[in-house]
Amino acid sequence: MPKLKPVSYGLILLLLALAPYGLSAYYLSLLGRFLALSVLALGLTLVWGRAGILSLGQGVFFGLGAYALAMHLESVSLSPGDLPDFMQWSGVTQLPWWWRPFEAPWVAMAAVVLVPGLAAAALAWLVFHRRVGGVYFALITQALALAFATLLISQQPYLGGFNGLTNFSTFLGFPLNDSHVQRGLYWATLAILTAGFFFLGWLRETNFGKVLLAIRDGEGRVRFLGYNAVPYKVVAFALGGALAGIAGALFTLHVGVISPAMVGVVPSIEMVVWVGVGGRDSLPGAVLGTVLVNFGKDWVSSAMPSVWLFGMGLLFILVVTALPEGLSGLASTESRFGRFALRLAALSRRAAFAGAASKMTNDARPADHPDKLEEVNEIP
Amino acid sequence: MGDSAVIAGQAFNGLSVASILLLAALGLALSFGLMNVINMAHGEMLMVGGYLAYSIDQVVHGPLAFPVALCAAFVGASLLGAILEFTVVRRLYGRPLDTLLATWGVSLILQQGARSLFGAIGVEVAPPAWLSGSITVQHGFLAGVSLPYVRVCIILLAVLVLGLVGWFIAFTPWGMMLRAVHQDREMAAAMGVDTRRVDLLVFSLGTGVAGLAGAALALISPATPTVGQSYIVYAFLVVIVGGLGSLLGTALAALLVGLFSAGIQTFTSVSLADVLLLVLVVVFIQFRPKGIVARRSRALEEA
Repeated sequence: MPKLKPVSYGLILLLLALAPYGLSAYYLSLLGRFLALSVLALGLTLVWGRAGILSLGQGVFFGLGAYALAMHLESVSLSPGDLPDFMQWSGVTQLPWWWRPFEAPWVAMAAVVLVPGLAAAALAWLVFHRRVGGVYFALITQALALAFATLLISQQPYLGGFNGLTNFSTFLGFPLNDSHVQRGLYWATLAILTAGFFFLGWLRETNFGKVLLAIRDGEGRVRFLGYNAVPYKVVAFALGGALAGIAGALFTLHVGVISPAMVGVVPSIEMVVWVGVGGRDSLPGAVLGTVLVNFGKDWVSSAMPSVWLFGMGLLFILVVTALPEGLSGLASTESRFGRFALRLAALSRRAAFAGAASKMTNDARPADHPDKLEEVNEIP
Repeated sequence: MGDSAVIAGQAFNGLSVASILLLAALGLALSFGLMNVINMAHGEMLMVGGYLAYSIDQVVHGPLAFPVALCAAFVGASLLGAILEFTVVRRLYGRPLDTLLATWGVSLILQQGARSLFGAIGVEVAPPAWLSGSITVQHGFLAGVSLPYVRVCIILLAVLVLGLVGWFIAFTPWGMMLRAVHQDREMAAAMGVDTRRVDLLVFSLGTGVAGLAGAALALISPATPTVGQSYIVYAFLVVIVGGLGSLLGTALAALLVGLFSAGIQTFTSVSLADVLLLVLVVVFIQFRPKGIVARRSRALEEA
């Protein structure tokens, strides 16, 4: 994976920061929510790409963060002593005690990070410390996604059941429907995404990140070297869960609704595809993949709804069989496409050189000799 | 009906659910034990079996309709499984997590295909005349318990299939090769066993059995494009609890999961039963991380 230069990062960031001035309100809101989802995708690169843990239940942690914030938004939008509609319809007369703490914004915001993070840590520890992993873990997380979604649906009186939580008005005193506030929300999302991006970029280079990589490529050997792999995997999975929770909270703010349909088995596995398309071990790839797949989904499923699942299915198969490194693999010099691009570049240089040389005298040799291919090795 | 009758009725229901789970999980467990891959499109083989049974039911009438449907479901699903193994699974050998994702893609395509062909609403297969009715216990402390023939038939089918697969593995030449590959793939290959063909055979056998399960399931609940998804997660849990590729372990685990969820549903709701089942599985692997029947191995990397 070629490293992007700091200049290109700066340019992309500037472009994204200026997006509110160039995009229509509709596309801006889409981009905002996709950037929110990208925070989750960043977490998956750590969990899946680095540590090699496939989680098919990331929607659960997304949902925990989303519901934590949604409960706060719901209770803020009520007049004192009032109850949300769905509670009244179900005959609930008093706000359940476990709603109370979420009335305070700071508690809710802490819960957005801590609840999914701790839940992820607990699950990971319970499974990994018995050296159960790989496919088993993927299947257990999928069962978790199923159980979580059915549990939410069954909680009609307390969590709005199938319809979830909606009708939010303000957050920290800002009216959510205001266009300025939405613009601010977009920038806040971008800032959080950027922070997460550089945090994970730093984390990958630390010893922690290196041990994770070693665990992915040979857990047994890491154990023989004297490392206990379990805490590394648990911390990585917990970080992934916390990022998913933050993504869920941001997504709820952008969309204004959270329901079990967004946290179940199918959405959870779609999250893996975003990252797979972009490149499971590439931070920019994960963001790009998330934004592209979701724009694609928005476009295809509104134009031809029945085609979307076919397309999604094909995407799964293609990404895994042909492009295991995703889009970021395309740019890599080691991929087939990368080698092809390299050869093409070399050929065109040689042709240009030959053309130029025929016009030149023998003693005036150009500086870029065609046999020196090293400098072509980095395709921007 | 007395309390004991209610419990007996629920246990009977649990037994029939366990039978479907057993048939669904059998193929998963076999190919997982052998090739270390999980086929996420396995649930769709149930769906294919259900729709094949429905299609046969539309064409063939009379008492033989259901046996013909079962055969068609088995053959159709095993062919589809063979194609899947040949085109996707084989290419991803040694990358179990990627196989998981690719086969999930296949399952999405199959689901949408079924939706386009048969519509989103489920289709029902009417049980043949000789399967309508039920055994009702008249006397004793179980008086009032009614056992529908359809469910009895499903249980018998599961037992029969389990016996046949067990016989196949224990007594046929192909079964011997299967056991050899299961124990030591390289050594079996060195002895001249065509391991790739064994893989193909076992994979398509497993999907065929899932097709049977789907046809049987179509008798008690309508076949829908998502019928596979609703069963497959439980089948995965059965595989986890049962252990790597063991028939006995799979059968015991299917019984455990089926009876547990049926039992717990009498006391709580379906949604809570799901959660409790998951808790049970996570607690279970604390004690037996390799499943009920663990394979002994000194290999470093099992997965």
